[in-house]
Amino acid sequence: MHYLSDIDGVTIYPIISLFIFFAFFIGLFYWVFKMDKSSIDEIRNIPLDNNNPNHLNQ
Amino acid sequence: MDYVKVSYDNKIVKQFALATVFWGIIGMTVGLWIALELVFPQLNMGVPQLSFGRDRPIHTNAVIFAFVGNGIFMGVYYSLQRLCKAPMFSKFLSNLHFWSWQLIIVLAALSLSMGITTGKEYAELEWPIDILITLVWVVFGINMMGTIIKRRERHIYVGIWFYIATLVTVAMLHIVNSLELPVSLFKSYSIYAGVQDALVQWWYGHNAVAFFLTTPYLGLMYYFLPKAANRPVYSYKLSIVHFWTLIFLYIWAGPHHLLYTALPHWAQTLGTVFSIMLIAPSWGGMVNGLLTLRGAWDKVREDVVLKFMVVAVTAYGMSTFEGPMLSLKNVNAIGHFTDWIVAHVHIGALGWNGFLTFGILYWLIPKMWRTTLYSKSAANFHFWIGTLGILVYAVPMYWGGFTQALMWKDFNAEGQLSYTFLETSTQLKGMYALRSIGGTLYLIGVFMMAWNLWKTAAQGSFLAEEEVEVPEMPRTYNKPKGEFWHRPLERRPIQFMIVALIMVIIGGVIELVPTFLIKSNIPTISSVQPYTPLELQGRDIYVREGCYTCHSQMVRPFRSEVVRYGEYSKAGEFVYDHPFQWGSKRTGPDLAREGVGHLKKTDAWHYMHMLDPRQVSSGSIMPAYPWLHDSEVNMDMIPAKIRAMQKLGVPYPEGYDQIATEDYLKQADGIVANMKADKEIESPNTAEIVALIAYLQRLGVDINTETNLQNQAKK
Repeated sequence: MHYLSDIDGVTIYPIISLFIFFAFFIGLFYWVFKMDKSSIDEIRNIPLDNNNPNHLNQ
Repeated sequence: MDYVKVSYDNKIVKQFALATVFWGIIGMTVGLWIALELVFPQLNMGVPQLSFGRDRPIHTNAVIFAFVGNGIFMGVYYSLQRLCKAPMFSKFLSNLHFWSWQLIIVLAALSLSMGITTGKEYAELEWPIDILITLVWVVFGINMMGTIIKRRERHIYVGIWFYIATLVTVAMLHIVNSLELPVSLFKSYSIYAGVQDALVQWWYGHNAVAFFLTTPYLGLMYYFLPKAANRPVYSYKLSIVHFWTLIFLYIWAGPHHLLYTALPHWAQTLGTVFSIMLIAPSWGGMVNGLLTLRGAWDKVREDVVLKFMVVAVTAYGMSTFEGPMLSLKNVNAIGHFTDWIVAHVHIGALGWNGFLTFGILYWLIPKMWRTTLYSKSAANFHFWIGTLGILVYAVPMYWGGFTQALMWKDFNAEGQLSYTFLETSTQLKGMYALRSIGGTLYLIGVFMMAWNLWKTAAQGSFLAEEEVEVPEMPRTYNKPKGEFWHRPLERRPIQFMIVALIMVIIGGVIELVPTFLIKSNIPTISSVQPYTPLELQGRDIYVREGCYTCHSQMVRPFRSEVVRYGEYSKAGEFVYDHPFQWGSKRTGPDLAREGVGHLKKTDAWHYMHMLDPRQVSSGSIMPAYPWLHDSEVNMDMIPAKIRAMQKLGVPYPEGYDQIATEDYLKQADGIVANMKADKEIESPNTAEIVALIAYLQRLGVDINTETNLQNQAKK
């Protein structure tokens, strides 16, 4: 049942995943920082019905 | 631009709203009931269905899965249709989801009150209900993802991301933690044992808080708070960072529930580190919620909906700061197993989940019934009595928690413990009484809300189908220049779901897998033996009666605990424990060494104690369990239980199931004879109490043998 210890160089896997996730979050922060302002405004107004559906039976 | 008519289904929202209020009242009333039982331990009146150990899981399950669960679905079904500008994918699935979720709740209440339980906190439901939950979750998933796929709004709003993360993560947690081997329709054993079971359970338990009580409610916050305040969320950029960091970090933090236990150290440290990091995204979310109201704080004075939401978000901020603090080992050493933790979870449950739900209900019901709220002043009164209720609940519990911890750890000048455990628990009776007053205040508020919403509905007219005209989404999408990476993901629900799933899987895998696959994580102890058939049966009764809700079986390596209970607990002791029974709260003393050393009592003592605890230890707040003395064990099940244990890897000799019953009766006869000789107690050897006594007398014996062997070797 103790398979993990039998794999050669098993410690490389957590290091690889650390690297992947580190890169993901650095990328995410960079991308968010560079985001286009006007599209953000459009998106954050989605819940407020600003691009206005017409209510038919209110 | 072409417009199409769509019709939003409000009926399903109404059904879930009704269920939210109904189960909220039930769940909180059961909570009040068990709070009173700690003040008046005679309250169960000898009825098993009314006893603390069985009703506490009903309270937690009802509040989490029935009240908050229905609240989630209410909010999701309302907001999803509008955010997607599309009706739900399938009305049939919506209804199937609603009715089968209610069926699960009823089955849960019935089965838990009958003592049918797996004994794993917040996952107590037995395997047939677990399967039903899985199927209903798939129904919800298809309905939700189907709606998102058929949407008429290109961009998937951040609230929906939280719904998607909830969907996939809860599925993963539920399946992994519920893996169990059925013995009969009503009984199963966890496939994991001891340390592994504990790790999986608290990976689940912690993330049930994260992905059932938090992420879906954050999704609701991102929709309903802007709606109620009529202004967009403060920072959409922040919400993106908030989402990914929160779901990624949360999944690792489970082991903070197991600090100072027999869990390997590296796993405990992992839990602490990730818990501290969690402050960042949690507070990111809180700040984003509160700052949405910037420039609109005057509205908060007027609008009761916003009042509820502001307190909810503030309570979220407080408990998500407190949680990481409690994950520091030095703080945890004080808080763990005490009422501090009860205070902590109720700030989250009453403040964050409760108040956000109430805010949404006060906003939603007038909207769907096309009227205004029946009584603003009643709603305001609800707000104040609710807030007061939270304070009157939490302050005594914090006070009690510190009192408990300080008394447990106090040594006198002679180097002896200053207080017996009984003294530490009777000390808290006043705090328990105050707590139930806090709970009563909170519950009064909920009743007022139910009345107010009922009156609101009565004066309005319900709009079952809200018809709107929305612009048709163009089939082709002209990618704006420079669109890359995350942006495409925001309009691809399935890919989004997969990325979210990978995020949560990786933390789970790194945390769980090494404990299963590296031998050095659980060093074996040669003197640890499987339970005898009688002890195994006794253990099942221990689980059935919910003893773990008040008693731990985990001596932490502190001087105060080693002196009070005995040798601290080791990972290798629990290898045959399916499920583990470490517990999370010490309303009563730890039982890990109950059968050895200075804690050992006679069989007759246990018999009398379970019949009437106060006769044996005056002032005890433990309930009586008189039914154990009258009920008899179903002996036909014994061989099947042994076979199940063998399948799980417990090394009983081959064919042992055939002679297990014989061994059972032999050991039981010994206990019966002991009690007769000692106190002239007459008991049948198949009485449940005999099995329970055998189990309690077994606790700690193996490790005691090991210590004796070591001492002999040294000599």
